[in-house]
Amino acid sequence: MSSDFFIPDPEGLVPSAEGYFGAFGGKFIPEALVAAVDQVAAEYEKAKADPAFAAELEDLLVNYTGRPSALTEVPRFAEQAGGARIFLKREDLNHTGSHKINNVLGQALLTKRMGKTRVIAETGAGQHGVATATACALFGLECTIYMGEVDTERQALNVARMRMLGAEVVSVKSGSRTLKDAINEAFRDWVANVDRTHYLFGTVAGPHPFPTLVRDFHRVIGVEARRQILERAGRLPDAAVACVGGGSNAIGLFHAFINDRSVRLVGCEPAGHGVETGEHAATLSEGRPGILHGSRSYVLQDEDGQITEPYSISAGLDYPGVGPEHAYLKDTGRGEYRAVTDDAAMQALRLLSRTEGIIPAIESAHALAGALELGRELGEEGLLLVNLSGRGDKDMDTAARYFGLYDQGAK
Amino acid sequence: MSGNIELLGTVLARAKDEGRAALVGYLPAGFPTVDGGVRAITAMLEGGCDIVEVGLPHSDPVLDGPVIQTADDIALRNGVKIVDVIRTVQEVHAATGAPVLCMTYWNPVDRYGVERFAADLAAAGGAGCILPDLPVEESEGWRKAAEEHGLATVFVVAPSSRDERLAKITAAGSGFVYAASLMGVTGTRESVGREAQDLVRRTRAGTELPVCVGLGVSNARQAAEVAGFADGVIVGSAFVKRLLDAPDLDSGLAGVRELAADLAQGVRARA
Repeated sequence: MSSDFFIPDPEGLVPSAEGYFGAFGGKFIPEALVAAVDQVAAEYEKAKADPAFAAELEDLLVNYTGRPSALTEVPRFAEQAGGARIFLKREDLNHTGSHKINNVLGQALLTKRMGKTRVIAETGAGQHGVATATACALFGLECTIYMGEVDTERQALNVARMRMLGAEVVSVKSGSRTLKDAINEAFRDWVANVDRTHYLFGTVAGPHPFPTLVRDFHRVIGVEARRQILERAGRLPDAAVACVGGGSNAIGLFHAFINDRSVRLVGCEPAGHGVETGEHAATLSEGRPGILHGSRSYVLQDEDGQITEPYSISAGLDYPGVGPEHAYLKDTGRGEYRAVTDDAAMQALRLLSRTEGIIPAIESAHALAGALELGRELGEEGLLLVNLSGRGDKDMDTAARYFGLYDQGAK
Repeated sequence: MSGNIELLGTVLARAKDEGRAALVGYLPAGFPTVDGGVRAITAMLEGGCDIVEVGLPHSDPVLDGPVIQTADDIALRNGVKIVDVIRTVQEVHAATGAPVLCMTYWNPVDRYGVERFAADLAAAGGAGCILPDLPVEESEGWRKAAEEHGLATVFVVAPSSRDERLAKITAAGSGFVYAASLMGVTGTRESVGREAQDLVRRTRAGTELPVCVGLGVSNARQAAEVAGFADGVIVGSAFVKRLLDAPDLDSGLAGVRELAADLAQGVRARA
């Protein structure tokens, strides 16, 4: 298959048959889900071998999503980054406003192929939930989205969007009432309704084959960006930069560059109020290997294996786990992961808005803040490729409170 | 010191000899407090349970419904640690001489250390572990440690398990097989479906291990029904609910004893 839009099993980091990337990954699931997860894996293998699948997905990505997404150089923003050149991969311009639609459309097609009629999904910021609700409307699938209560409050606009699209949104009140708890609740639903329900997992975590399958559907980001930056800048970037919560947009960007050893792969994790405060979600920087939501990876946990409550101003990054392939990239040294505070991300959000007229999602602003740091380290010769994974409309209430933009009573 | 896998087998065989199903009760450790939990689990055995499962409370109990989630939350908020769970196993076994299993999600064992956990559980007199989110494919390291320390490894099978998986799982397991009566999380249900009976029949076709049925059973009528086709009846959420609904610990313990006695009659009155 030569399409840009769906390139399964690229050379490089194909996991083992058991779904391991080095020591990370695997399939830690209850017996009740084994048949369903195996069905997803088998259907994905069949779909990969079926040219009609790639053709249908390509048609959707071009004519529905609007791919390829633009690559935008941001010189006024880059003035604050030591003079390095910065290009943004504009996943925010996709239909529904983020990269999430790439994976959702692929898995929605798999859902149809499996003959399932109902889709469930978790969401943090609501980007994955909105994309899933969108695909379900498009394909006539029943849709239930699980979202932590903290997140339904701070991302209320996206809750309204999902409901407008016909999805049921369940506000999850257990645990830390954020993304982790939404995933727990989605798993509980799946165990009980697995016969007719597909769990449309939204990131490169979870049990095998999800980390691989979700990565393959997002690989288009890096494939397009690599070609675009070669055309525009005449060379490969010094670094590809992306935010990392579960890690789907980052792996999508990184993957096309895995074998380009000169390109640093830099993931920006949420440092919240600062990793030293304990109020953060910097899983790769501060976590320990363990099992969360079906695979072995780095996890924020205590010495008894209890998952600790994460914190980030960004709902989409507020997660105590991370995809196993990122854990592997970290341990092998191929990936670099740095932590970016709430404040640094919010400053970058405002800077991009005011210098380039692009309001990024708070998630993506973590990558922008990381790029400002990297640019200063690299100097004027530097060339950076940053994944702008989503747009910031959904975050305007949080940003307005943070910066005091409301007329009265704000902040 | 070796664990009590043999005691578990003896107790299951005795129930069989008596022409009845065994009664297995579950409560999380540390709920409502560590000492209160020891008393509650002991009360299940005094009331008529043959075997108990001590739950290791987890921050993310994805296979549990709201009742056990609430109990786990209370236990964790009160600061229960793995060492307290081990102590609970030790005190309950010392007080009753009954087989005591630990039921836990996998990450706490992984983090604590597989070998260390098996050694400590065996030293406490534990009989084995039920590990509902550790599939057989990932279980080799644990099974080796469990075997060395005389602990049973109880795997869960589900109505969705195909026959070839049942064979693979039961070949790797020991003690008994935990057959989930339905597709879903823990919690009480109105009825136990025909799925359970079919699963027990299919499981027995490939193993000599006793097959105990859990999920959804909450009263003597259901216990009798399940006892009609299974070697054991497992009850969890209904016990937790007795404690949650009680105004104080003493009345909660009385409720636990009463429920255990009812269920014990149920497993002796096979439907």
